[in-house]
Amino acid sequence: MKVKLLYFAALREQLGTGGEELELPQGVATVGALRAHLAARGGAWQAALAEGRLVRTALNQDMAKPGAPLRGGDEVAFFPPVTGG
Amino acid sequence: MRIVVQREDFDAGAEARALALGRPEVGAVASFVGLVRGASEGAAVGAMTLEHYPGMTEKAIAAIVDEAKRRWQVIDCTVIHRVGELYPGEQIVLVAVASSHRGDAFAACELIMDYLKTRAPFWKKEQTPQGARWVEARASDDRAAERWEEFAQAKKLG
Repeated sequence: MKVKLLYFAALREQLGTGGEELELPQGVATVGALRAHLAARGGAWQAALAEGRLVRTALNQDMAKPGAPLRGGDEVAFFPPVTGG
Repeated sequence: MRIVVQREDFDAGAEARALALGRPEVGAVASFVGLVRGASEGAAVGAMTLEHYPGMTEKAIAAIVDEAKRRWQVIDCTVIHRVGELYPGEQIVLVAVASSHRGDAFAACELIMDYLKTRAPFWKKEQTPQGARWVEARASDDRAAERWEEFAQAKKLG
């Protein structure tokens, strides 16, 4: 099951990438589990995505809570709190 | 409803007039224009870069406008948000709302602006003499948005 990941703003700079395609490992079934999986990569990933960091998530372009379930083909975005307007 | 994300500047007056054109039922157009400030938290801002999430941005703004329409009489509405590099004094955002009466137009315009600041995926990066920095979200913006939730609750209870 593949998902498309996007990173924006300060998070994109910290991670050094704007996005990637990811084959979801067994057991990663929610937005929150996906975040923990990415943080476990260590280094900048851990620093940017660890629990307690202010990170917002969107699932298929709608704001999503950690418990939101994932499906193949989903677009998941990670970004800091928004500052437009 | 017209929602536009663009690099180019806009003519706020022309946008406000267009909302009332050929619509005799429009009695009020309330509009808000946000500008780039030349100073932020004690530092001079030379330029600002606005990034957004294409696709989600338009969807999020449309949902915000729908929320305003559920609460007040909104005949039509235009939201324009600029992205890319902007300089102090330049216009960033326009919200213009046409209604029959001013109360609905003012309230809808303010709610759209408050929610836009907390729910639409835009991010600002400022260039200052000390280097570039991402603008941090403000608790006061969250509070401004929350007051509309309380308002809806109070209305429901009343």
